[in-house]
Parts: sequence; C-alpha cells; structure tokens
Amino acid sequence: MHRESDIRLPLILGDKTYHQITEDVCRPIENQAPRGWYILISIAALIALYGVGCILYLIGEGIGTWGLNNTVDWAWDITNFVWWVGIGHAGTLISAVLLLFRQKWRMAVNRSAEAMTIFAVIMAATFPGIHMGRIWVSYWVLPLPNQFGSLWVNFNSPLLWDVFAISTYFSVSLVFWYIGLIPDFATIRDRMTKPLTKKIYGIMSFGWSGRAKHWNRFEIVSLVLAGIATPLVFSVHSIVSFDFATSVIPGWHTTIFPPYFVAGAVFSGFAMVQTLMLIVRKVMKLEAYIHTKHIEYMNIVIMVTGSIVGVAYLTELFMAWYSGVEYESYAFLNRATGPYWWAYASMMTCNVISPQLMWFKKLRTSLIFTFIISIVVNIGMWFERFVIIVTSLHRGHLPSTWSMFYPTWVDIGVFLGTIGIFSVLYLLYARYFPVLAISEVKTILKSSGQNYKEGFGAGEGYYNEDGSHGHGHDDNAHVSASVQEEPTTNRIVEKKAEDLSEEDFSKNQSTLLERVGSADASEADDLKLISGVGPVLEKTLNSIGIYTFGQVSKMTSEEYNLLDSLAKSFPGRAERDNWASQAKDLMNK
Amino acid sequence: MADKIIYAMYDDDDKLMDGAKMLVSKGIHVNEVFSPMPIHGIDDVIGVRHTRLGIAAFLYGLTGLMLATLAMKYFMIDDWNMNIGGKPSFTYLENLPAFIPITFEFTVLCAAHGMSITYLLRNKTLPGMPATNPDPRTTDDRFVMEVRASENTKYSAEEIHNMIQSTDIVELDVKTVK
Repeated sequence: MHRESDIRLPLILGDKTYHQITEDVCRPIENQAPRGWYILISIAALIALYGVGCILYLIGEGIGTWGLNNTVDWAWDITNFVWWVGIGHAGTLISAVLLLFRQKWRMAVNRSAEAMTIFAVIMAATFPGIHMGRIWVSYWVLPLPNQFGSLWVNFNSPLLWDVFAISTYFSVSLVFWYIGLIPDFATIRDRMTKPLTKKIYGIMSFGWSGRAKHWNRFEIVSLVLAGIATPLVFSVHSIVSFDFATSVIPGWHTTIFPPYFVAGAVFSGFAMVQTLMLIVRKVMKLEAYIHTKHIEYMNIVIMVTGSIVGVAYLTELFMAWYSGVEYESYAFLNRATGPYWWAYASMMTCNVISPQLMWFKKLRTSLIFTFIISIVVNIGMWFERFVIIVTSLHRGHLPSTWSMFYPTWVDIGVFLGTIGIFSVLYLLYARYFPVLAISEVKTILKSSGQNYKEGFGAGEGYYNEDGSHGHGHDDNAHVSASVQEEPTTNRIVEKKAEDLSEEDFSKNQSTLLERVGSADASEADDLKLISGVGPVLEKTLNSIGIYTFGQVSKMTSEEYNLLDSLAKSFPGRAERDNWASQAKDLMNK
Repeated sequence: MADKIIYAMYDDDDKLMDGAKMLVSKGIHVNEVFSPMPIHGIDDVIGVRHTRLGIAAFLYGLTGLMLATLAMKYFMIDDWNMNIGGKPSFTYLENLPAFIPITFEFTVLCAAHGMSITYLLRNKTLPGMPATNPDPRTTDDRFVMEVRASENTKYSAEEIHNMIQSTDIVELDVKTVK
C-alpha cells in the first residue's frame, strides 16, 4: 500500500464500505427518476428535435441555407466541429493520461468524462457530415474500391487525416469506456430484481463474473489502452489544427497551432467536465466521491491549460508583428480592432483572464465560482474558434472580396440542436449508466486517507456517515453540508477533553444535562440521522448523557459551548451544522 | 466423476488474500477467485499467469502499421500517382511526412480494437453470455474463493473444508458436481 498524507483530504469522504459505494452509485439507477430529470430531458429533447428539423431542412435545401458566402466559405459548421471535438478531449485525457500518471482522483470523474467525450465527438462528427451536402455519399471519405476507376482519397490532405483521427479517437474512446463499464454493469445486473432490467443489464455486462484472471486482463487492457490513447488524444487535436495550419491563409498558417489547439481542447474539455460534474454530484448525491479536492484539481488543470492558451495568443500576436509579414500583421490587427472585435474581446476575457482567477485558493475551491467559470470558459472557447476561422477569412488579400459572416436561423438551429442531442444523451447516460467507475473506486477505498480519517480528521465526523441509506430510503440526512468544508479541528481523538479536570467535567456535564434535560439509553434516538453526527460522535454524545433529539433540539449557543468543552473533538461543529434545528425537524418526522 | 466445489466467501479482499496465502502454503490449489474489483497480488498467490494481451496489442499495432504503409504506398504511389500542386509523389519515402498521421492513427486503431476483441473473446465475455459468478454479491462487496476437491487429492474434502473454515470467512458453500 502506498504512503498517504496525514493531512490531505481523502479521495472518498466518510467511512464508506464496498457495499455503500455500490449503493451510492446504483441508487439513482434503481430508484424512480426525479421529476427534474423528466423536465430536463423534455426540454433537451425539444431542442434536439428542433436541431434535427434544421438538419433535415439543410439536407433538403442545401448548404445555401447557411450564412456562408464566397469569402467566408467555412464558418459556423467548422467552429462548432472544433468546439465539440475540443470538449471531447477531457474524457480520454482524464482516463488515459491521468491513469498513466497514477492520479487516483481521476476515478471519481473518468466515467462521466468519457461519456461526455463520446457524446461530444458524435456531435462534432455531425458537422462535417452535414456540410458534405450529400450526406448519403459520406462514405466517399473512406478509401474504398470504387467504380470511378482508380480514384482514391487524398492521403496528403489534413482533412482526410482528420477523418482517420476522429474516427479512431471515437471508436477507441468508446471501447475504452465500455470495457470499464462491463464490470459495473455486472454489479447492476446482480442487484436488479425485475427480470427485464436484469436481462438488459445482463446482456450489457457480457456475462462478466469478476474472475481473477479476468481482472488480471482487465488491468492490462486498461493500461495498454491508456498508453496508446495518450498519444492519440494529443494527435487528434493536432490534426484538427492541421486543417488550418497547413493552409496558406494569414492567421492560420502558424506552427504554434498543434500545441495551442491541444491546450485549448483540454482547457475547454475540463471546463465542460466541471459544468457536468458539479450538477451530477449534487443531483445524484455523490458529494463524498467528487468533492472540493477533485474540483480543485480540475481547476488547476484549467488554470494551467488556460495559461498555455493565453501565452499562445500573445505569441501569435508577437509573431505577427515580428515576422514582418504585413498580411499576417493585418490579420491579427483586424481580429482585435476590425468588425469582429467583440468576438476577439470575448475570447480574450473568457480564456485569458478568467482562468487566472484560479490562482486564488478561495476561488478555485468555490463550487459556485467554478461552475460560472466553467461556462465562461466554454463560451470563450467557442469564440476562439469563431475568431480564428471567420476573422481570418472575411478579409483576405483582395479587399473587393471582403465580406462579413452572419449565421442564419438554420446555422443557429443546428448548433442548438447539437447541444440538445448532447444533453439528451447525457441525461440518458446519467439515468441508466453507473456514473462512477464502481469497481475502480473500490480499489482506492482502503487507500483513501485512512491515516487522515484516524488522525487529523478523526472523531468529529467531518463527513456524516450514517450508513442508513438503502433502497428507497432517502432522508437527506447523509448529505452533509460539511462535506465541502476543510476540516479545522485539532488532532484530538480522545473522547474526554484532557485539559478539563474531572471535577469541571462533571460540573459542565450536569449543567448541560440540566439545561437540555436528561435521558438514558432506553429512550435513545438514532442521533446519526443528524447531519454531521457519525457513529463515533454518537457514542461520545451518549457518554456525556445525550441520547435523544429532544435534548439536542434544546441546545443554544451556550449549550453548544458546554458541549464543546466536554467533547473537544468537534469544536464548533454542532453550532455550524445547527444540530438543534435539525433535531427539531427529526422529532417532527 | 463426482467433485466437490467449495466456495468460501469473505467480506474483505485482504482477508481473502490472507486466507488464500494460508491455503496455498499448505499446498492447496485455489481454483478461482471472484471479486468485485481487482485484488492486487492475488494472481501470484493463486498462480494465475500474467496475461499476454500486451504482446498481442503490440502485434496488432504492428499489423496496423504495415497495413497502413502498404495501402498508402499502393493508393498514392503505385495505383494512382497524384500530382498535387505540381509536387508529384514518385516514391513512398519522398512523400512519407504526409503519411505519418494516418499511419499512426491506423496503428492505434488496430492495436486498440485488436486487443479489445481478443480480451473479450479470451474472457468469453460477449453480449448475452450468462454470468458465472457463484453469488450475486461477488460483484458488490463479497469475495469468493473457489476450491475444487478433485484438484486437491492430497487432502480429503473434509480436511479442505476445515482448513478453509479456519480462515476468516463469512460464508461457506459446498456444491457437489456429478
């Protein structure tokens, strides 16, 4: 077992057991979906339907329904394509690159990030597909023997490289994702009681039984797939950037594009992961697995890649001036001060300034702030692609051809539609698939900060673990408000405070019991139902003489102080979590 | 031949590991272990040989590399020599840089899919296959060790039974196969 830090927040909060991990992940699948899910999927489906309508209209009418013109002959579609591919970068990066680096925190987010990747790449692939105009001959991009004589696709063209890169990336990511899903589907299969769902999950689990040899193979397959997916991740967006970089258009013709695009892709991908995970953890009550530390790690990735992107922007500007090529200089001057200055300004604000705020620990550990920034970054990254593509084209070498690009309603409808389809797919995924890699998370359970839980964070129930949530039993008590808080307690595990003399202790104890009323073990309530109270803390309270909700509900700040003096191991916690009002609620249940 | 299969259930991977080590040290052959997650180090204890899937992946990748090279040589040099922008491609080597991205992608494609398909076939995990774990809880939080009497003729079934009982088990199940 590896050495663990005594003071670092563990990856899994609370004293979870293997069974609880299974329960926590399977609960949303087995229970009725909340009404919010139906509302969300209906809205998403409507938008998706509108998008599909726009696509069908486009295919019926032709590309003329888009806002493209002779000068700007490549705009909205390729912007959206690159945007979606970029978003699709985080998933495999998290599961492959972070696996190679043995970053165990990835296990909390890899499954969902990979799902996001797959859906995002499907959305991306839509755009070149429909841009072909005649989508029914899209197989022409493949080198197939054909009746047109010896007519092969052009292997020298970056556009064809892209076909290979995207399809390889998509299929490898899909396989990687599914191989990880098989054992988890087996877990769900073995828990299901309804014959039909059991059958469906049985088919999807491929008859997985968890044999030692199979796990042996599983691990090596994961490792090797991660090993070959890592260069794949970097190659895909490099190749996407070649679509531009190998051309001779000022503004596109730069060698900085591949690293700059890859950094941008990781940047936007992680932002999208943040957006989705912040919702998922809340709605599915997975705060114990995806907590502030995970969010912070991802924010640091956003900060680093955002800085790389920022440096790349500035390098481009510098090179445009330093190269002395007036066309190149004009392209960049036009970006910043031309008619599309607002797009450039949005891009600069969202992508260069906003990630720099992550240097502040307070901000990068704030969930609301993270959520806002993640959306800002995604908007910024969309504008980046728009700026690169449209502003480089709309004013070329010949001023008489200068023109502007305005999207039509079909352009906008198709883009909104892909967001709708993506949301539908993601909502379906979140409802029916295990959003956490159950089997992988179980492997880190034992190495998940035992030192911390027994030492620095011990005794005060820093995360409320009541072990009471089972099927259909959801009392919200196990979602502690304290999850997101950094522990502030001292390293005191003793049940009794040392610095209080025996006499003072009993005096304080009797004062406290006088005020809240005394009770004995026979009338004890399950104090663990109070958010913030775990089994250890319950015992401490019992040893003082507090057994019932009634006693707890009578506490005010004075009693809290007395309590703190008696049981030093959780200073301020009772007050912070407002036990009294919680207990009142529980009494009235 | 009648055979007795003993399923020993543990509630912890470390307990199973200790149990397995104890049994193996007495010369008992542990036939199989079912667990909800990989137990690191169990392979060496119960004598599961290391998988050769990594080698297979390398060979699949090599196949992809060769296929891509041969195909692009044929398409772009032999069959139809494309002249793009006045820059003809006379030989494969001359045009090599343009072929690298696809060669790489195709290598990865073949290695990844070849390996995955082999993995599924070797595991006999395919859509619709029946689950063979002895207890549904082995995909949740139970760890089951399978010992066959026929593979341990050194001891009687009774003796094996008692030895397993002395480890930290939570349940024990004996199945007789005719």
